[in-house]
Amino acid sequence: MKLPKEFKNPIKDLYTIITSMSLVIGIGILACILLLVNPEIIESTMIDSEYLTVTAEENEDKIENGIHIRTGFVDDKGLIETINNCTNCHSSKLVIQNRMSKEQWIATIRWMQKTQNLWDLGRNEEIIVNYLSKNYAPIKKGRRENLTNINWYQLEN
Amino acid sequence: MKRRNFVKKVTLGSLATLIGADIVFGATMPNGYTPLALSDPDPFKLFGLDTEMVLLNDKPWNIEAKAHLLNDNITPNSAMFIRNNGLIPENINLNEWRLTIDGESVKQKKTYTLKELKEKFTHYSYQLTLECGGNGRSEFNPPAKGNQWTIGAVSCAQWTGVRLKDVLEDAGIKSDAIYIGYHAADIHLSRDPKKEPISRGAPMAKALQDETLLAFQMNDEDIPIAHGYPLRLVAGGWPASVSGKWITGISIRNKIHDGTKMKGKAYRVPCNPVAPGDKVKGEDMCIIESMPVKSLITNPKTGAIIKKGQKLHINGHAWAGELTVAKMEYSIDFGATWEKCSINQPVNRLAWQHFSASISFPENGYYEVWARATDTNGVSQPMLLPGWNPKGYLNNACHRIAIKVN
Repeated sequence: MKLPKEFKNPIKDLYTIITSMSLVIGIGILACILLLVNPEIIESTMIDSEYLTVTAEENEDKIENGIHIRTGFVDDKGLIETINNCTNCHSSKLVIQNRMSKEQWIATIRWMQKTQNLWDLGRNEEIIVNYLSKNYAPIKKGRRENLTNINWYQLEN
Repeated sequence: MKRRNFVKKVTLGSLATLIGADIVFGATMPNGYTPLALSDPDPFKLFGLDTEMVLLNDKPWNIEAKAHLLNDNITPNSAMFIRNNGLIPENINLNEWRLTIDGESVKQKKTYTLKELKEKFTHYSYQLTLECGGNGRSEFNPPAKGNQWTIGAVSCAQWTGVRLKDVLEDAGIKSDAIYIGYHAADIHLSRDPKKEPISRGAPMAKALQDETLLAFQMNDEDIPIAHGYPLRLVAGGWPASVSGKWITGISIRNKIHDGTKMKGKAYRVPCNPVAPGDKVKGEDMCIIESMPVKSLITNPKTGAIIKKGQKLHINGHAWAGELTVAKMEYSIDFGATWEKCSINQPVNRLAWQHFSASISFPENGYYEVWARATDTNGVSQPMLLPGWNPKGYLNNACHRIAIKVN
């Protein structure tokens, strides 16, 4: 039976798609089985056995009380993008000390791009700027604040 | 060791992946070099600091003192603030260290070894007050960008070296010279070898002052690495950024030096006063020269509780940039009344001065002791924040400590 071309071609395409998908899934299942049987296969091929002593508590992306322990950053949407783009040249401590509006954070990024070799942040820029301006926004301090965090102690003569 | 290796490997690996295959200037990273941030050093041990010092930033290093740590007349290394713009130079070799005097206005470009500098020129020692231009930045409202220094980015150590004047004159200064600019061995944060982290300077008049030194000793020892070993320019009374560390060159310029952090808004304040939060154009910003009058109560530490009838002895230091402090006062009633402190003369020009007073409190309760210095031009420290400026420089508002009497 001869089928018209307009009908034959889509069938052929569908067949190709189904075949390739099954292949991918098949390989995936195979890999999973392999991993289940021998979970160390990935580590042992990628990392020296010397480095296998890491425990969960040394996880470098541990979060405690809403704070990313390694950097001190607030845990919120955009944390990872901020770590990845903003702590290569300088410490996270420089970011955390500062309080800026969205406009000022953008200006700071522009300054770093102009003078400090910061790369184009692409789609991450908006994510980072939103993260920073939400979590590190200016606090009104007035013209002089009260003295705070005083550790009282008895002063003998 | 194992853990550290793992972290290093993972971090370097993720660095490369995240940035997109290349570590920026990874090619310029020396073989076997562990980036400072990854070597996990204890800065207090590394730099010999008092453990009460406050770490503001670890890449680059920015560390400040608390007022009570600065009680010594001559600031020891352990209490000296560290303000770095880039990374500390690596592999310093004293025999290969050179100082080059060049620029449009040098008669003869000249290069000196450290040995030549030390042998050829007379040595001088001065106690010199160095205060970061941004000391007190944390109090500005709206906040200003940068390291949020509170009160501890100031020191007065004893510096020993040769006069910059003698070295510049040895090379020869042309009549059109107006400024000097320094060059140093520190490394840009991006590790781009073409970039200087900071290269500031001063007008010839400041460069030629007797107290402006090319120093090789601090407090009678080699300058600590964090403070500019083996050679530091020291220009007391001006923003400490003029006192370049790890100096390898001085350019005699026929124009205002245009190195990194000389232009734009760095170390500049609005030429005319502005309202808090105003936008200021670069051309309307003027370079900071002499620092303003200021003082610190270094004893007792804030938070002292005393018994009724017990006198409170206070002491501290006061300084006034190029000037001296003519009058020192304290107040225990938020500035309603002021009492005089005794204050001595500076040991040499540009050294801070020491004051003291003995205070009686009328009633039980909470007090703040405020200190206020007045310079020889009759200008005093403000009680509130001085003029707001975009980068948060020159906060010389009165220092205060909290006291309870019961």
